Amino acid sequence: MKMTNAEYDKLTKKASPNTKLYLTLPKAFVIGGLICCLGQALFNLYSYWGLNEMNARSVTSITLIFFSAFLTGFGLYDKIAKHGGAGTLVPITGFANSVVAPALEFKTEGFVLGTAAKMFIIAGPVIVYGIAASVIYGIILYLFQLM
Amino acid sequence: MLIKDGTIALDSLPSVTAYASAAGKMESEGPLGKCFDFTTQDNTLGEVSWEKSESKLQQIAFTTALSKGGFSQKDIDVMFAGDLLNQCVSSSSGAKDTNIPFVGLFGACSTMAESLALAGIFVDSKAANNAAAVTSSHFCSAERQFRFPVNYGGQRTPTAQWTATAAGCAIVSSHCKPPYIRSVTIGKINDMGVTDANNMGAAMAEAAYDTISRHLANTAQQVSDFDLILTGDLGQVGSDMLKELFKRDGVDISAVHNDCGLMLYDREKQDVHAGGSGCGCSASVLCGCILKQIEQRTLKNVLFAATGALMSPTINQQGESIPGISHAVQLSAQ
Amino acid sequence: MEMFMEYFWAFVIGGAFCLVGQLLIDLTKLTPARILVAYVVAGVVLGGCGVYEPIVEFAGAGATVPLTGFGYALAEGVKKAVAEDGLLGAFTGGFTAGAAGLTAAVVFGIIVALCFKRGDKTS
Repeated sequence: MKMTNAEYDKLTKKASPNTKLYLTLPKAFVIGGLICCLGQALFNLYSYWGLNEMNARSVTSITLIFFSAFLTGFGLYDKIAKHGGAGTLVPITGFANSVVAPALEFKTEGFVLGTAAKMFIIAGPVIVYGIAASVIYGIILYLFQLM
Repeated sequence: MLIKDGTIALDSLPSVTAYASAAGKMESEGPLGKCFDFTTQDNTLGEVSWEKSESKLQQIAFTTALSKGGFSQKDIDVMFAGDLLNQCVSSSSGAKDTNIPFVGLFGACSTMAESLALAGIFVDSKAANNAAAVTSSHFCSAERQFRFPVNYGGQRTPTAQWTATAAGCAIVSSHCKPPYIRSVTIGKINDMGVTDANNMGAAMAEAAYDTISRHLANTAQQVSDFDLILTGDLGQVGSDMLKELFKRDGVDISAVHNDCGLMLYDREKQDVHAGGSGCGCSASVLCGCILKQIEQRTLKNVLFAATGALMSPTINQQGESIPGISHAVQLSAQ
Repeated sequence: MEMFMEYFWAFVIGGAFCLVGQLLIDLTKLTPARILVAYVVAGVVLGGCGVYEPIVEFAGAGATVPLTGFGYALAEGVKKAVAEDGLLGAFTGGFTAGAAGLTAAVVFGIIVALCFKRGDKTS
């Protein structure tokens, strides 16, 4: 018996198990929250060492990126991310993972066309639209200043 | 001889005279781990790239099948080989030292049935005395081509399937001993508008239904004539859908149906979500376990319907749906 | 006690940002890359409107570590640069503010690619 695409879609939905939200949501919350706490601890440490707020925040980011990069290198970040989901995606560590993972993966294609060229294959859009949005914001600010 | 609508009876009943399977670490730890001729704990197989590792796995399956059947390379008149990668690189680079006439195939996860069907037809029509059907897949080479870098931290959805690191090879010769290839049905492209690249089972279920029901109708057989209807890698989602599709026709296949994607792994313990997939999944299950059982006559009549989701990341990103295909090969002990 | 509350709110607010991301992953067809783009752009917009700054003051790293915080940093950078350099600042502010994070990701990416073996999830 031939089905229409709509009927088939219904059948697909019926057969496909849903994500277990009662597992994914708490895990994302806790793991994401812990990464932010680690960030807070680093920030407090750098502030204690005498860095001003802006610099302490930057050095905190660098440190978190460093941790994430090496966890990625050891193949541990994706193991945490399997449970963390958005909890490891949304923090800056997820951004670092999305840069470091292709850099490592594609080194078999060489350090220029592999590692370097593919480095921003996942994170590229984040930078493109982050920068684009900031430029638009800057132009609006500038126009307001003129008025 | 063509019966009709894609179903071909192989009147001379060609034999699968030799077969071999090779599998990676996770597959060797699964329920069928002991069935494979070759297993490795190191999925790189000592190679510098995943593509080469997959090639090597395919070569191992091929050379093991040759030696199990007492063949040398020059006995093989034609080789049908395929894998998941662009330009079928694992197959072509695996075959470059063989000097055997080579046909590269792409049927996604259906490639084992596709190559076996063609090998059978070649032998039946006397275009070849011995024809080899070889396919492979590798988790890491598939992942980097179709999805994400291996170390990228992404969450897999419950409907996602795990690409098997495995290969299988079957050598088809003229009629001599079981398993015999009785008939084959060439699949048609079935596209039901599934766009979710993480739900391949759903994209393939209709194709499996179409090919199996055509095969049954064209050869005037019933589901009950078979000990086993073995689909390729529908996984849990696709298998449930296939049963549901048959139920609408008033046919219950659940007593004889099994799926390679459900057999290869322990789904709970090995965390493969909906099951296994990839050319190597159905190839290693067929060549590691099913063909042996037919040869020993514990299985008498098997319909092997490997399924493929012909997913292209390019057109998937353009919003196009995923076409599915399934080829069926009927194997029997007499 | 104040110290404890600082971590508590970093945890809760940071966790909440991730919780929203998880809801987007599980309930919509949005891919992770799209969600990250949405977060960064949202950070720029909220930062620009002045909504994000109070959240940062309240939650500290709970607001700066998620990618919205990166967007907020870009907006802050642009604001400062436009005040100093006019229209040129709209073009320089974003990258200046994001420089530390971007450079760190590039440098550690290269180092890891040089020093580590490629991953294998299967063994």
